[in-house]
Amino acid sequence: MAQANITGEMIGNSFPHPDKWKWYHYFTFNVDHKVIGIQYLVSAFFFYLVGGAMALVMRAELATPSSDLVDPNFYNALLTNHGTIMIFLWIVPGAIGGFGNYLVPLMIGARDMAFPKLNALAFWITVPAGLLIVGSFFFGGAQSGWTSYPPLSLITANTAQSMWILAIVCAGTSSILGALNFIITIWKMRVPSMGWNDMPLFCWAILATSLLALFSTPVLAAGLVLLLFDINFGTSFFRPENGGDVVMYQHLFWFYSHPAVYLMILPIFGIMSEVIPVHARKPIFGYKAIAYSSLTICIIGLFVWVHHMFTSGTPPWMRMFFTVSTLIVAVPTGVKIFSWVATLWGGKIRYTSAMLFAIGLLAMFVFGGLSGVTLGTAPVDIHVHDTYYVVAHFHYVLFGGSVFGIYAGLYHWFPKITGRMLNEPLGKVHFILTFIGTNLTFLPMHELGLKGMPRRVAMYDPQFQYINIICTIGAFVLGLSILPFLINAIWSWSNGPKASGNPWNAKTLEWTTDSPPIIENWDVLPVMTEGPYAYGEEPAEVSS
Amino acid sequence: MKQIPAPLWTLTIGVIVTLVSLWVGFNNDWLPEQASAQSVLVDNFFNVMVVIGTALFLVVEGTIVYCMVQFRRRKGDDTDGLAIDGNLPLEAFWTAIPAVIVIGLGIYSVQIFQDMGGFAPGDQVHEHGTRLAQASTAPLGDLTAAEVDEALLAQSVYGIGAPLDKEGQAADLEVNVAGMQYAWIFTYPNSGIVDGELHVPVNADVKLNISANDVIHSFWVPQFRLKQDAIPGKETELRFVATKPGTYPVVCAELCGGYHGAMRTQVIVHSPSEFNNWLEQRTAQAETGTAETVAINPADLTDADYLAPYGKAAGVESHLLAHLSD
Repeated sequence: MAQANITGEMIGNSFPHPDKWKWYHYFTFNVDHKVIGIQYLVSAFFFYLVGGAMALVMRAELATPSSDLVDPNFYNALLTNHGTIMIFLWIVPGAIGGFGNYLVPLMIGARDMAFPKLNALAFWITVPAGLLIVGSFFFGGAQSGWTSYPPLSLITANTAQSMWILAIVCAGTSSILGALNFIITIWKMRVPSMGWNDMPLFCWAILATSLLALFSTPVLAAGLVLLLFDINFGTSFFRPENGGDVVMYQHLFWFYSHPAVYLMILPIFGIMSEVIPVHARKPIFGYKAIAYSSLTICIIGLFVWVHHMFTSGTPPWMRMFFTVSTLIVAVPTGVKIFSWVATLWGGKIRYTSAMLFAIGLLAMFVFGGLSGVTLGTAPVDIHVHDTYYVVAHFHYVLFGGSVFGIYAGLYHWFPKITGRMLNEPLGKVHFILTFIGTNLTFLPMHELGLKGMPRRVAMYDPQFQYINIICTIGAFVLGLSILPFLINAIWSWSNGPKASGNPWNAKTLEWTTDSPPIIENWDVLPVMTEGPYAYGEEPAEVSS
Repeated sequence: MKQIPAPLWTLTIGVIVTLVSLWVGFNNDWLPEQASAQSVLVDNFFNVMVVIGTALFLVVEGTIVYCMVQFRRRKGDDTDGLAIDGNLPLEAFWTAIPAVIVIGLGIYSVQIFQDMGGFAPGDQVHEHGTRLAQASTAPLGDLTAAEVDEALLAQSVYGIGAPLDKEGQAADLEVNVAGMQYAWIFTYPNSGIVDGELHVPVNADVKLNISANDVIHSFWVPQFRLKQDAIPGKETELRFVATKPGTYPVVCAELCGGYHGAMRTQVIVHSPSEFNNWLEQRTAQAETGTAETVAINPADLTDADYLAPYGKAAGVESHLLAHLSD
């Protein structure tokens, strides 16, 4: 039977399944969006630990100015795969694949995604991606950075580099399939009582993310396949000695990889818009502004990629055009930040672990956004491009932003996903350690970059050692901060206090079913009686 | 006790935020010393952004902290907060203000970029002083074939060119810079000197013609605030005026292999007389030391053979030179 027939209106079983999934079902080609969401989240978290361990080895190496812990080529393999894993195997599959799959059907009142088999396929394509990355270390690991600029990527560790390319192509294919599925699901399968402007903001964010992924990912795939041909089949697309153009690769790469930044932050913005109103006990401030600013970011985000190439072979007009377009992104982003702050204003803020991570994100993203404005202007970027200033900036938005957002989401939806409550005191220890560790690691890096330390180096000028030691200590605090979370999650999953269907007293539809939800989400599909953020109001006033 | 009126609070906070932001913007010690004409321009621009950024940071973070304290849930209170779901004038305000700020910064950065010489890379100067970059806007049919080639080439040079007041003028000194794994080679075309360190006179208008022999490198002098990638198959340039005698690091800023972090050398900014001494000394060395090889056409030699005599002076080890013959 065709999967597309599963619509929001359908009641009853659409495919044969047991009453409850057993543990081993989570290791199979399962088409339930909730199983797939958990598969994404758990495997992504595993890779987060792997990528984090790589970062700790790098920070240990950087405790001294000379290259004395690991071979410098292996250091390059670590930095390449740290970036790759954190982007393609942690944040993108965790935030979009994990939360997106688990929550979107529940939030819009659907029994599953539009194409469940395609959905399962999208997850299982990420498995070879992970295996290829891990396997590439038996061949030295790709060593030319996650950007893999030719000619370096053409002459370094060819086998590992080819495996790396295939891994990214797999991850990208998964992302495209997932994006298609989300767009159709959100477009076609909302419960009849839910109009576009009644939709939870997380769904708006996933919609914008999916459109972006659909437009930009194929371009990266094209660029990487050409690179693969250059390495293995004797072509010369990017070989300058035969007339190839290395700057063309950079355009193809960044046309995707700048939007990739928004792929990693837009779903997190969606999580923020869900977590903050619930725990501040207030309606979200400026629903439409937040919803449409996601779409604005997604459109402008397609036209800013050259700001990664200001010191490359870039003509003056391009440097100026992309300076201005980059600065404009600050406007819709600012709208979101201000709206969340305004949501806090006049609330009754409950300091749950989820809320702490959300507010921590807000505080750090403001800083990362401001440093991003300085980076976006060509005159300053010419000085700080490819330095630790850039490393500092993107870790403020990707660690202080995306990772904090994923944690906020995990604390917020853990009761829904597992049916158990997490331990709050442990969650607070986790938050405090993570917040201190993040700032200790990444704040001093701004000064390193401004003062003259380039990024991606295994050895550096001894004058920078003092600041580097602070960063290294911070990184180990961050490493330590994982422990309370791991203990908490593993212990609570089996032994935590049972969660009710709606432990936070929230208003979005996923809280109208059991925790964890039954296999097809509801016995009888829910009807929206009030807005998703109707806090502080009598429900009767709204539904009348 | 009498309540302090809200406008007074706002005014006080505004004044404090302004003062703190200005102080942070113009008293921070985050950037290295300024040693080029461009560094002053870049730093002023950066510091203006630091002022604006600090003000926004203080206001937003201050509001967050205020909310966290003022609007925390009190014990035993299980009610919801205020049912405010938007305010159009406020939302228009915080869309318009950042828009005005970023448009202002955009215009300002174009200005700075122009003053730095950002609009004039490839501004080749002909022997007679006519600008070919200008000529190329005229129909190419008026030019000879060689001139057409040169004109087209002039259009595809990237980097930082002459500053506005020097547009169309030749630089005082040209140096060819070649990046290779893992060293920079500086060649002075007029005197034939080859060195592993860059020597330039202070207050002279210097033009670096940057190229790469193997992979992409990036030539960066933090004290000059200037950086330009060296790209195989492309021509790039950096034109600058060093304003302060001294020794500054030259850093490779683009990942170029395992020893990328070790690809460092120096730029030495001399007083004019010191520079002339250096020039004479090195020219004399070149004449006596390699008298025989002068007669050999460099094109007949491999790169490694060609560079070998300079290897020691350049601080380049022979195994690195071996890369060139690959």
